[in-house]
Amino acid sequence: MGELTMQERMKIKRHAMPNQDQEARRGNFSEVALGYTAEMARKEADRCLQCKDPQCIKGCPVGVMIPQFIKALREGDMVKAVEWMKVKNNLPAVCGRVCPQEVQCEGHCILGKKGEAVAIGRLERFVGDFELEHRTCPLVKAAGTGKKIAVVGSGPAGLTCSVDLARQGHHVSMFESLHGPGGVLIYGIPEFRLPKSVVHGEIGYAVDCLGIELKTDHVIGRSFTLGELLEDYDAVFLGTGAGLPSFMRIPGINLNGVMSANEFLTRVNLMKAYQFPDYDTPVRIGKKVAVIGAGNVAMDAVRCSVRLQRILAERNATAPGEAHIVYRRSSGEIPARMEEYHHAREEGVIFDLLTNPVEILGDEKRAVKGLRCIRMELGEPDKSGRRQPVPVEGSEFVMDVDTVIMALGTNPNPIVFVDAEGLDRTRQGTAVADAATGRTMKKRVWAGGDVVTGAATVISAMGAGKRAAADINAFLKGENTWD
Amino acid sequence: MYRILKKEVLSDVVKLMEIEAPHVARRARAGQFVIVRIDEFGERIPLTIADYDRDRGAITLIFQELGKSTIQLGRLRTGDSIASFAGPLGHPTEIENYGTVACVGGGVGIAPIYPIARALKQAGNRVISVIGARTKELIFWEEKMRAVSDALIICTDDGSHGRKALVTEPLKELLENREMKISRVWAIGPAIMMKFVTLATRPYTVPTTVSLNTIMIDGTGMCGGCRVLLEEGSKFVCVDGPEFDGHKVDWDNLLSRLTFYRDEEKRALDLYNHKCNLDKATVAEDR
Repeated sequence: MGELTMQERMKIKRHAMPNQDQEARRGNFSEVALGYTAEMARKEADRCLQCKDPQCIKGCPVGVMIPQFIKALREGDMVKAVEWMKVKNNLPAVCGRVCPQEVQCEGHCILGKKGEAVAIGRLERFVGDFELEHRTCPLVKAAGTGKKIAVVGSGPAGLTCSVDLARQGHHVSMFESLHGPGGVLIYGIPEFRLPKSVVHGEIGYAVDCLGIELKTDHVIGRSFTLGELLEDYDAVFLGTGAGLPSFMRIPGINLNGVMSANEFLTRVNLMKAYQFPDYDTPVRIGKKVAVIGAGNVAMDAVRCSVRLQRILAERNATAPGEAHIVYRRSSGEIPARMEEYHHAREEGVIFDLLTNPVEILGDEKRAVKGLRCIRMELGEPDKSGRRQPVPVEGSEFVMDVDTVIMALGTNPNPIVFVDAEGLDRTRQGTAVADAATGRTMKKRVWAGGDVVTGAATVISAMGAGKRAAADINAFLKGENTWD
Repeated sequence: MYRILKKEVLSDVVKLMEIEAPHVARRARAGQFVIVRIDEFGERIPLTIADYDRDRGAITLIFQELGKSTIQLGRLRTGDSIASFAGPLGHPTEIENYGTVACVGGGVGIAPIYPIARALKQAGNRVISVIGARTKELIFWEEKMRAVSDALIICTDDGSHGRKALVTEPLKELLENREMKISRVWAIGPAIMMKFVTLATRPYTVPTTVSLNTIMIDGTGMCGGCRVLLEEGSKFVCVDGPEFDGHKVDWDNLLSRLTFYRDEEKRALDLYNHKCNLDKATVAEDR
C-alpha cells in the first residue's frame, strides 16, 4: 500500500478506546481503558497529518516529539517510536493514561478544529506499554560528574528531575517519606486508571538503569532537614507535591464517616484496602456516599466508592448503594477530565450539581447520618472566570448519607520547610520558585510541581521537574551561576 | 528493611524492641513517634518512641499487643526485620525547667513517659512520677523510672503492686498538697485515662500535656485521619501533635473516632488467630 493522501488520512475516524465493560468494571479494580491493539494504533497513527509547524508539541508541558514518534509508529518501527518518545518523556505509559490530553496536545491538534484530534494520548500509551514490555531503549548514564543532588519526593516532579540529572552523570539520592516511590501515582491515582505495575515498572527501570539511590521512609523536615541536605549535597530539588488535605469549615467534619479524599484514596490505593483482610489496612464505605468536589481526585474517590460498594454487596448479598458527587457549580465547570466524568457517569455515579453542603449531621453514636445542603445558582463570573455559585435562599434540604469524602483540593505539606530559612512561601503555602528554572529564593534549592503551583497535573509537575533538572545541570557544570 | 537488634518480653502482652534505624535515631527526641509497617501486607501503625541511641542508630519501641499488627510484631524475634520505619514524626516535647512537674504513665504509656521524665529531670525539674496499670505484670521500667524521678508512685487497679488505685488518685493528692507546687503535668496512656487525668487537673488549673495516639496512615499530614477536635478547631495529631493541651481536647469525639474501625480490627484479628491455629495444627500433624 502506498502513502496515503492527506484527504485519505482525514477520512479515517478517530479510534475509540476499548474499555472494560461498564457493568463488570463496577465490581473490580482492574484497568478500565484496555489500550489500543497494534492494528488500531497503526491506523490511528495514519490520521496524523505530520504538520510542518506541529501545534500539538506546543500543547505538551514537556514538549514530547509527537509527529516524530507517530511517524515511526505508523511505519512499524516501534523501537524508533520509543526513542523519539524518550527524548522528552521518561514516563510515557503513565502520561498516556493520566494526562488531560484534550486541553494539551490533542487540544492543539489541527484535526480537532473541524473534527476529532488524533488520539495522541492513546498512542503515547501504546508506545509506553511496548517499552514497558520490551525495554528497547535503556536509559544511559553519562560519565560521573562527582556532583551529588538530593531530590525530595518521588512523585512525577521528583522522578523526572532525578532521571534527567542522573542521565547527565550526577549522583542522585531520591528521598521519599512513604514506604514506596511514586508519590501521587501510587497513593492517589487508583489502580483502575493507572495500574501500580506500570508505575513500579517505570520507576524500577529508571532507578536500576541510572543508579539512582532511593531512600524511602525518609521524611525531610524530620529525619533530615533541608539545611542538613545542603551540607551534604551540591543541589536540592523539592518535589514534595501538595499532600495536605482541606476540609470544609462546616459543623460535623469530625464525625465518624467523614474522610479526606487523601485518606480514602491512600487506604484504597497505597495500602490496598480493597483487598482487606488479605492486606491489613481496612477502609469503611457506607451505603450512601457523598464525595464533595468534582475534580479528578473527586472522580477517583467516587469511582473507588462504587467499586467498594459493589464488592461489599456481592460479598454480603445486599444492594450496593449509591455514590454521589456533590458539587456547588454546574456541569460546565467540572474541573475533572471529561473522560473521568464520562466514566463516572457510566459507572452509575449520581451527580448532585449546584449543591453545596452546609452541615454534616450525626447520630447518637457520632456517626454520619446526613448531609444538609443548599441549592446554588450561577451568578456573575468570579476571579477564575467561572460563574460564581450563589446560594438559593430557603432551599436547604438533607441528603441521606452515611459517608462523606472531602475532595476539595490540597495544599503543600509544610513539614519540608523546617530549617529552610530564606525559602520564601506564598500565603497559600506554596514555595516561591521561578517558573522557567525552578529556582527558589534559597541558594542551591530548586522546587517544582504541586509544591510550587498547588494541586495541578502529573504532566505539569513533570515539566517543572524537567526544567529544574536542566537548570541544575547547567549550574553544576558551571555553565551559569546562581546570581 | 530494618533489623530488630533486641527484643525483651516485658509481660505477656507488652514487648520491647530495639530497631536499627539510624535515619530516625539521629534526630529523635522525647515525645516523637514513628510509623511502622511489618511487611508487604502490613498496615502503617504509629508507635511512640520509648528511647533512642544515636551512637548505635537504634530506636526502642514498647508496645502492647492489642490487635493483629501488634500481635504479629510481638512475634518477631531478634535478627528479624520489618519493612518500613519512618520518623521521627510529630513535635518533640517542649522541655524547660518548670519547677516541679508530674509525669503520669498508664499501661504501655509508661514507655513514652520515660524519655520525657528523663529530659525534664535533666533540665533541672523536680520530677514526681506516677505509673500505673491494671495489674502487676503490666508494670515495667520501674527502676528506669525511679532513676529519673525524685519520687515514684506505683498503682495497680487490683492492688497487686504498689497502691490499689487509679493514677488519678495519687495525682489529686499531689495537686492538693500546696507544698508540692506542681506546675505542670504530662500524662500518657489509654485515651480514657488521659481524659480523667485532665479532669483531675482542671480544677487546679495546672497545664496538662497529653500525647494522643489516634488512627493514622502516613503520619506526615497527608490523610487527616488523625484529626482531633480542640477548642480552637480541628488539628492533626501527626503534624500538630502528638502532644496537646489536654484541657482543650474534645475527649468524647476522640474516643468515638478511635472506635471507627473496631469491627474490621476484630475481623483481622480473628482471621490472624485462625491462621495461626491452622499453622499450629499443621505443624502438629507433620510431627
